[in-house]
Amino acid sequence: MSAIAPYLFIIVPIIKILLLVFVVLTADAYLTWLERKVIAHIQVRWGPYRVGPHGLLQPLADGIKFILKEDPLPDGVDKKAYFFAPFLTLMLAVTSLGVIPFGPDITILGYKTNFGIADVNISLLALFAITALSVYGIALAGWGSNSKYSLLGGLRSSAQMISYELSLTLSVVGVLLMAGTLSLKEIVEHQFNPGIGFLGWNIIGFSADHAGFTQIIGCICFFISAIAETNRVPFDLPEAESELVAGFHTEYASMKFAMFFIGEYTAMIAVSSLSTILFFGGWLSPFPASWTWTHYLPSVLLIPFGLWVLFDGIRYETIFGRIVLPVLGSALTAAGAGLALYSPVNEIIQGPFWFFVKVFAALFFYIWMRGTLPRFRYDQLMDFGWKFLLPVSIANLVLTSAVILWRMHG
Amino acid sequence: MSAVLFIFFVLAGLAVFGAAALILQSHPIHSALSLILVMLCLAGLYLLLGAEFVAAVQIIVYGGAVMVLFVFVIMLLNAGEEERTNFSKLASPFFGIPLALALGSLIAVALLRSTTQLPSPAAGGPLTSTRDLSKLLFSEFVYPFELTSFLILVAILGAIVLAQREHN
Amino acid sequence: MVPITYYLILSAVLFGLGVVAFVFKRNIITIFMAIELMLNAVNLAFVAFSQALGKTDGEVFVLFVIVVAAAEAAVGLGIIILTARNRRSLNIERVDLLKL
Repeated sequence: MSAIAPYLFIIVPIIKILLLVFVVLTADAYLTWLERKVIAHIQVRWGPYRVGPHGLLQPLADGIKFILKEDPLPDGVDKKAYFFAPFLTLMLAVTSLGVIPFGPDITILGYKTNFGIADVNISLLALFAITALSVYGIALAGWGSNSKYSLLGGLRSSAQMISYELSLTLSVVGVLLMAGTLSLKEIVEHQFNPGIGFLGWNIIGFSADHAGFTQIIGCICFFISAIAETNRVPFDLPEAESELVAGFHTEYASMKFAMFFIGEYTAMIAVSSLSTILFFGGWLSPFPASWTWTHYLPSVLLIPFGLWVLFDGIRYETIFGRIVLPVLGSALTAAGAGLALYSPVNEIIQGPFWFFVKVFAALFFYIWMRGTLPRFRYDQLMDFGWKFLLPVSIANLVLTSAVILWRMHG
Repeated sequence: MSAVLFIFFVLAGLAVFGAAALILQSHPIHSALSLILVMLCLAGLYLLLGAEFVAAVQIIVYGGAVMVLFVFVIMLLNAGEEERTNFSKLASPFFGIPLALALGSLIAVALLRSTTQLPSPAAGGPLTSTRDLSKLLFSEFVYPFELTSFLILVAILGAIVLAQREHN
Repeated sequence: MVPITYYLILSAVLFGLGVVAFVFKRNIITIFMAIELMLNAVNLAFVAFSQALGKTDGEVFVLFVIVVAAAEAAVGLGIIILTARNRRSLNIERVDLLKL
């Protein structure tokens, strides 16, 4: 260990990057499964059900389909722009996950490291910089495809993204005023109030020693702007199927389309993570710190879930399901029991567990909106962004700064 | 060769490559992409110099807004490739490039020889904290700050007036 | 580590390439991009000096240059769009008369 100690500062981030890329790409794949299931249940039908037990192998089938599909090259495309655009979208989406802290600082085998890849002083601003650059993926895709539908979809989509970027950044400034720092880790630590748990989160903002104000307006503005930034329903007219064929990614097929697709879901995960860090306390537990029995919650949730999967699998329709599901269920139960008994791992798991619960709730909200709301028309969309969201974000900023000044001096 | 020096040469080389590509490409959209590359490399160089806030602002404003504007205009006006020039084909390799290299090396040698008068940055360099930058911006430079906000307002008005359709 | 002269030489090279692009390209938009390149080269010199002298004033000035360049780009591109529509060409050699 001491022989490689001088090089640990390179090896540890590389390991973290590999782990993060693996986890995020798997999470993307199963996010598509979750989306199809949730939207299906909203529409009173089952989603994928046949490909593997409960459709759990559907993402694998989709991946194989994408790899084996024909990859056409339309005539007259601008090769540099056409090939660069999906790569750029995916690269920026995954890079934005590099500055997000998933948990508090941990010490593994005597090496203290932060629970994200990079701990930058300006991580919030770096995240906005990466979001600002992702407009190019869409603009270049639309233009490089040599097709009028793609060009129109690309231009509309880029105009929408740069309009909602303004309210995205302004709705966050209230949080910055309260925390006094641009570093995401310190913003989460600012919301840490050992006595009162979730009331210290920025969405409610009670605090004994720092001046604060509830950021609920900022949270709503941020969430709406984020949905517009990632081109999801109800703001997805530029890629809507009935209006514009498929917008900027009409001329893309198989692997390049898959890259856009994965990039969109990864951006969704990044934006949900950002909203939990800024407004919902990141990795902080909603319970007061003195309630140490809440540290057993992960295993308390995991054990019944594992048992449910086990008993559901025993009576499943297909034989494959009858083998796989009980194995999965017993593995989950064993993991839950192991967590309850083996305390050091349980302590490390606490932060990321709450982080993932909150991100999952935010993603579920995203998918829920997709299943429920109709689309905005394009001019209504732009009106809403410039004439409603931007003034409301600025009003939130002014109100927050007024309250902070009053509490600091009053 | 320390790590910082190596990163500097990589970023500087990419920036010069991007600027050369701006000149040598024929289609304006490829020139715009090269300029975006130059701006990203410059943001990296600002990070090396410890100016992290300026690097982030460079990417957000220049790379994410100004160049997007350029790309939009190129797409809207459907700018095509540049026409062929009828400049002489001998002037550039025989006179232009050697003269430019000579002038450039003259300036470089003059700068390198005068290091005794220019202060060199501290080893690695301390990061400029955003707090210090903002304190300076709002205390000593508050008048230019307010003036630039007025300038942006005037620019918005100008852009709106220019973009209006003619009322016939 | 990196002497400040290296940054200044890079800034001079970028500025020179910007001037070359400004003089030799004939598309109005490319000429405008060369102006932005020159502004960026100057920004690099400012930040390098700010680090070398240990004062933050240079970086504040860079922020102002970035803001002014953005405002100038907005208005300038508006003018370019109107000019291109009126003369139906983006070639700067066709914009050499006041008469349309």
